[in-house]
Amino acid sequence: MSVVKPLPRWADLIFLPLINLCVAFFICGIVVWMIGENPFTALAVMIKGAFVYPGGLGYTLYYTTNFIFTGLAVATAFHAGLFNIGGEGQAYVGSLGILAASSMFAPFMPALLLVLLCIVGSALLGALWAMIPAYLQAKRGSHIVITTIMFNFLAFSLMGWLLAGPLIQPNQQSPQSSPLPEGAHMPKAQAVLDWFGVGIADSLLNMSFILALVALAVFWVLIWKTRLGFEIRTVGKNQDAALYAGINVSKIIIITMMVSGGFAGLLAVNEVMGAQHRVVLNYTAGYGFTGIAVALMGRNHPVGIFFASLLFGALFQGGTELDFEFTSITRDMVLLIQGMIILFSGALAYMFSPTLSRILSRGGS
Amino acid sequence: MIDFFYQALWTLDATLRVATPLILCAMAGIFSERSGIVDISLEGKLLSGAFVAAAVTALTGSAWVGLFAAMGASVAMSLLHGFACITHRGDQVVSGLAINILASGLTVILGIALFKRGGQTPTLAADERFRPIELWLSETLNGIPVIGPIYKELISGHSLLVYVALACVPLAAFILYRTRFGLRLRAVGEVPIAVDSAGVSVAWLRYRALIIGGLFCGIAGAYLSISHGANFVREMSAGKGYIALAAVIFGNWRPWRAFGACLMFGFLDAITSRMQGVDLPLIGEIPGQLMLALPYILTILLLSGFIGRPSPPSAIGQPYRK
Repeated sequence: MSVVKPLPRWADLIFLPLINLCVAFFICGIVVWMIGENPFTALAVMIKGAFVYPGGLGYTLYYTTNFIFTGLAVATAFHAGLFNIGGEGQAYVGSLGILAASSMFAPFMPALLLVLLCIVGSALLGALWAMIPAYLQAKRGSHIVITTIMFNFLAFSLMGWLLAGPLIQPNQQSPQSSPLPEGAHMPKAQAVLDWFGVGIADSLLNMSFILALVALAVFWVLIWKTRLGFEIRTVGKNQDAALYAGINVSKIIIITMMVSGGFAGLLAVNEVMGAQHRVVLNYTAGYGFTGIAVALMGRNHPVGIFFASLLFGALFQGGTELDFEFTSITRDMVLLIQGMIILFSGALAYMFSPTLSRILSRGGS
Repeated sequence: MIDFFYQALWTLDATLRVATPLILCAMAGIFSERSGIVDISLEGKLLSGAFVAAAVTALTGSAWVGLFAAMGASVAMSLLHGFACITHRGDQVVSGLAINILASGLTVILGIALFKRGGQTPTLAADERFRPIELWLSETLNGIPVIGPIYKELISGHSLLVYVALACVPLAAFILYRTRFGLRLRAVGEVPIAVDSAGVSVAWLRYRALIIGGLFCGIAGAYLSISHGANFVREMSAGKGYIALAAVIFGNWRPWRAFGACLMFGFLDAITSRMQGVDLPLIGEIPGQLMLALPYILTILLLSGFIGRPSPPSAIGQPYRK
């Protein structure tokens, strides 16, 4: 057997991920078929729900917004060789920044400034929640994977307690905060487009989507065009080399995780300021974990993250449609697809690489 | 006084019940992690074990068949984990995460397809479950003060699987520290190249460690759904796999210490429900959320070297390449 040549760049970046994605979908299709439903009908229902029905596309982009934020959070940490599983908790705690900023500044701040302050607040709180595990890894040697998992549970406990106790809306039973002041709402896409004379169907899509696109650009500039980004990538490639090059590795670990947590915290902008207009229990709904699938599929690159987020946005929105159309398959199907994608695009990412390489080199010679 | 004695006894009794799945999963985690494989997939294996046990028992009517099916399902998950991170040298955390998400999706999808009850399985009859066993002489001895009630309330009256879990701890300790297989298993988690150069297969050793872990997790899952509970409900494992992982770390990757950590975490859980609405002198009422978060807080403090020094297996998380 000849030595397996490394894959050409286009195959590694586009073809291989596509094969992995197809395998993941294929297996999910088999599960649907075994349950006794037609996988193609299910797929058609999901596509219609995600793009065709009125408001479908809006909801798809609304979910996409969430996944861009959490995907960026995971990708930022990945570039420094860190695995941040704590996006869920960081996104959850981010809402406290919004509550704090809105209650402090709402009485005298104009709406635009208030929105900006709330955005900063959510990123700051997310960053702080990520800073503790980062500090513990950098200075005390505890492993970030384990600590961020534990910090998710701590966030659930903390928020559960706050929303059922100190922050609960007075005279209410359900664990949720009081509504945000009007000025801290993120404008709806429908309202903004209406102002320009474009009519779209109502959905939860709001201006956070623009913020997410800005975040993608900021991420690209930060990682590939700044000194800090270079240091982050150096630490990710080889910590020892980074140390010898005079990079303060501990500092970079802490900063990277804070940027990562900041991106995760922004999810609260979409959910709290854009959609719910208050903090409700468990509003993160697993979006933080989906961010891991997004980052793996998107290969930690902004373009990849955008398309992976769009795919997951469509899956989430299309998945809700499954509930209406089928009795035997529900939106839990999306969890299965997500798990398969993490398995094939993450853990088994290079399973098909030798085979593909052999086929390609045979075709070439 | 008598009242307090019985209160304490019942709390310890509840501790044992809560700790049982933790103990089994922690032993599973020790085998896997001592062989060098990070195992955050304990949660997913526990969940799939719980589902398969309840589903198969509901279909066949036999708890034993359910138990063995659960063990099989968990082992299958272990093998998937092994295929990804031993055979294909994938990232162990990513693979574990995939298994956890797959388990939470698949259990609900299959549950709906099989039973059409929104992901739950039918409630099992009493004779289809592992019921509490009254140990020999428990009624007779009950008359003896102190020892009698301890024997009857605390030691007797648990399901078979609780005793299995308790037996697993010395068993795990024996395998790890007193057998050739255990020695090699510990070595492969520390210096795999040494094991390899001695002519022992690193991959096969690690696969075996994962399979043993799968068997333990399957029993733990069966305990949740066909012994402690009478059916499967979605997300039934509710983070117990992660608590068990915390116990593994807290126990410094050693069976007896991890067992101690499981009992401590179980105790925290058991007193949480008893402390609700109780005003302690000076402190006031402790929020239940704080009590439930304590295992994580303690583990983080331990990991950060504030209480003791953790000594994880040195080769953990690194795929082995020849």
